[in-house]
Amino acid sequence: MKRLDAGRSHPVTFRLNGRERTGHAEPRLLLSDFLRHDMGLTGTHVGCEHGVCGACTVLIDGHACRACLTLAVQVDGRDVETVENLAEDGVLNDLQQAFRRHHALQCGFCTAGILMSCTDFLARNPRPREADVRDMLTGHLCRCTGYTGIVRAIVEVAEQRSGSTTEENEHV
Amino acid sequence: MKPAPFDYVRATTRDEVLTLLAEGSEQVRVLAGGQSLMAVLNMRFAQPGLLVDITAVEELRRIERRGDTLVVGAAVRQAELLAWPGLAETVPLVARALPWVGHYQTRNRGTIGGSLVHADPSAELPLCLATLGGSVVLESRRRRRTVPADDFFQGVLTTAREPDEVLTEVHLPVARPGSRFGFREVAMRHGDFALVALAAEVRGDEAWLGVGGVADRPVVRRMKPGAALADDLDALAWELGGEDDGHASARYRRQLVRELGYTLLTETAP
Repeated sequence: MKRLDAGRSHPVTFRLNGRERTGHAEPRLLLSDFLRHDMGLTGTHVGCEHGVCGACTVLIDGHACRACLTLAVQVDGRDVETVENLAEDGVLNDLQQAFRRHHALQCGFCTAGILMSCTDFLARNPRPREADVRDMLTGHLCRCTGYTGIVRAIVEVAEQRSGSTTEENEHV
Repeated sequence: MKPAPFDYVRATTRDEVLTLLAEGSEQVRVLAGGQSLMAVLNMRFAQPGLLVDITAVEELRRIERRGDTLVVGAAVRQAELLAWPGLAETVPLVARALPWVGHYQTRNRGTIGGSLVHADPSAELPLCLATLGGSVVLESRRRRRTVPADDFFQGVLTTAREPDEVLTEVHLPVARPGSRFGFREVAMRHGDFALVALAAEVRGDEAWLGVGGVADRPVVRRMKPGAALADDLDALAWELGGEDDGHASARYRRQLVRELGYTLLTETAP
């Protein structure tokens, strides 16, 4: 049982986007700030800082979570994935391309969080109903798009990845 | 919106948690999923000296059936319970209400025990525990005690938990044969805290209605489906009172109890 003292920085070793990284964090440092300021990954955005807006959503051990409601020291030994991990060699992945095609973003502030939620959600729900997609999206605030393009993009990617038409789907 | 400084321990056994609580008591806060507590810390509504993280304590992460009780460990995440294969048959009310708890993303981290200890009057899990007549286990170095939901919830964000105690188990009564369950909620946005949440159990000509979001804690009353139901719901609405806030008036909340209560009990009855 190791007690991490308040005023001091402590090593945090974890897998970040597939690579082992070590940083240093005081116990009170939020994962969102740790990723942005210490790891230099500013793709994860910080909005409300109390878990409501969803902009800071990242994957911890594969599950979409709020980085602003997680302490940096809590991810020691864990696996974290951020939006920087989606594109490969500068080429957007299928989800990102669908977002662009369907105008699923305008200012882009909420987009990184939504993409990470979708990454987890589609892995666990390969054939979601549109209602499920909309339910998952209640965890995110987007003030530009009205969500219609976002839903369309996610549904399309689900269909492409699973090679079938999404069940009970009424296209919007 | 950054927490004030605190020490941090990632506990690995229940014993460690009890020791730290016994030593520090009022300076210590137990951190489970953090979906309520971290927001509270970020806003500096609480400034504990030590956070004890219980999410790595294996013995608090079990879901098991013991006779006619489903025992859920304090650190079981909401998404884990929702995905537990026997949930819909064992505790159908919880299976229905859990999708209303927070959002997909917060259920991935939020725990059953954490939601109960936070005791928000409009939260769904306290409402379920109260409606089912369940209980929680509180442990400290001094004792281990089982507290029924009725005694556990004592007001807004207030429970019977003493400063040196940690909630270790949630006891959910397994559905009795012939029981039917229903759940309804009105919120500003799906996943937000309920303006009013209602849970019902109907068995033969007996019915229980639980109401969250109106009084300062979940309230459960025995109801009689039939001719007098509307009058009984009206009396219940006035008894609960409710308060105006930025989202809805007390009057609107009382009206939801009458209308939604009637709908729920009618649709839940066989």
